[in-house]
Amino acid sequence: MNWMFGDNINTDLITPGRYNITTDPEALARVCFIEYRPEFHQKVQSGDFVVAGQNFGCGSSRETAAVALKYSQLQAVLAKSFARIFFRNAINLGLLCIIAETDSIEKTDKLELDIHAQVLYNKSKKQNIAIEIPGMMRRLYWEGGIINYLKTNGLLALADLEKF
Amino acid sequence: MPQTLAEKIFSNHCGRMVQAGDFILADLDLVMAHDTTCAWALAPFYQIAERVFDPSKIFIPFDHAFPSPSVAMSKLQNQIKKFADEQGIPVVYDGVCHQVMSERLINPGNLILGADSHSPTGGGLGALTIGVGSTDAAIAMATGKSWFRVPETIGVIITGRLPLGCYSKDVVLSVAKEMGPDGANYRVVEYKGETVEEFDVPARLTLTNMSAEMGAKAAIVAPDHQTRAYLEENDRLVEFNDMTSDSQAHFEREFRFDVSDLKPMIACPPDIDNDVPVEEVEAEKVSVDQVFIGSCTNCRIEDLEVVYRMWKGKRVREGLRAIITPASRRVYIQALQRGYIEEFVNFGAVVSSPGCGPCLGRSGGVLYDDEVCVSTSNRNFEGRMGSPKARIFLASPATAAASALTGIITDPRSFIE
Repeated sequence: MNWMFGDNINTDLITPGRYNITTDPEALARVCFIEYRPEFHQKVQSGDFVVAGQNFGCGSSRETAAVALKYSQLQAVLAKSFARIFFRNAINLGLLCIIAETDSIEKTDKLELDIHAQVLYNKSKKQNIAIEIPGMMRRLYWEGGIINYLKTNGLLALADLEKF
Repeated sequence: MPQTLAEKIFSNHCGRMVQAGDFILADLDLVMAHDTTCAWALAPFYQIAERVFDPSKIFIPFDHAFPSPSVAMSKLQNQIKKFADEQGIPVVYDGVCHQVMSERLINPGNLILGADSHSPTGGGLGALTIGVGSTDAAIAMATGKSWFRVPETIGVIITGRLPLGCYSKDVVLSVAKEMGPDGANYRVVEYKGETVEEFDVPARLTLTNMSAEMGAKAAIVAPDHQTRAYLEENDRLVEFNDMTSDSQAHFEREFRFDVSDLKPMIACPPDIDNDVPVEEVEAEKVSVDQVFIGSCTNCRIEDLEVVYRMWKGKRVREGLRAIITPASRRVYIQALQRGYIEEFVNFGAVVSSPGCGPCLGRSGGVLYDDEVCVSTSNRNFEGRMGSPKARIFLASPATAAASALTGIITDPRSFIE
């Protein structure tokens, strides 16, 4: 299913400051949206989407927000736009954050995402939704995040990121 | 090729002339990670490195929850302290990261990475100081480098003489109202114009700090004689060349603000662009439970001087909690030497140790359901300072001080001579 959110969903709503005092990613997934959408952790299922409006992930730089979403087993976060630190954290962690026109998407719509072809298909509405996933995000998603990428390829491979 | 100030600084740190849109790997002058974000940087760091690239270029302050209010927080601080000891990096307990870095470390023309969203603050000294998350901080601590897409610059030109009772906080709240919470996303905001030229560095730091709330990657004021004066006051005058954006440089947009008729402004919950003149909220007689004067936005000695003048010889409104958190050890000592602290305590305020304090709802003034707080900090998000049902209003130290006197949200102008 799709978890529907509005504009300017800030990282305090995703992992509030009073709950993100841990480096355990599973513990963070348990507090994801704990006050803003208390049922989220209980009901989210592997492959679900978070669907939002503009400026998703604004506010604090806390990477815990991107970690909590990643470990909630979402397929991707879809939003009209993302705040930059959150987007950068998502790229680094290998969490798919995809810019899309989300107005037409409803909670129960079945979405199919093809990362290779860069196509988002709304099966319920028989609509293709235009998306663009930056090369660096795609590559680091496949690598399992920037740290895995650097572990495999060495620190000098930082200079190759541009080529993605 | 004409360049913006930001493009010049990026060029100086990657060895070639760059312009907005270019992808670069840049050398960093300093990397900062604090008692929360550094904890998350440790595991990624040790996966890719054993030693940091240069311990003297890494700054680790404990400020977000210091002294620790909980076992969970102590655990994070303990992990960070072990890492810092092992790497030969001193852990600093002297106040809010951005304030301490401004006082001691940031030089004009620097490129600095901070694992904190309010990192744009340091741009008040004419540097590029950029906020990131913990993984980026880990890579930067290992390599001394970070990747960037060189951003476009938005010019904010401020002119006119500020009326009595208005400060740089009121100016930046009116900029935020216009810009919105993502109006500067991915961009550098460059503040200029006669009003900015007259602002001292502490006033400029409030402008650059709040630019984070507009989504800015960095914010900057061209370094000048005010910057020299600030460095000298902090006993660390260094030689630097004045740098400005070239007259033909490309600005994506320019905003102009004439502040001659500005009124004290307040950001009503829950968004930064929900700004109105304080007098409009005063008419609604909003009862205040807590006043917080602190944070990287507004708790420098200049701010405390304003509060001191308004509170001298008076008492806090009965039942209201007034909390003052000096931004740094240096500010605390200045306030002690000038007699402000004694006056604040006599007034009935709580003076807490330098740090982020209640700004992020972790300790030292956490709000309950339906409580109202007037805060000099930077975020009025739902749940930011405690209960999601609490309401946070952001304003200048003068407005916060006036509200502590009356018990309702109050325009400070009638209290200022």
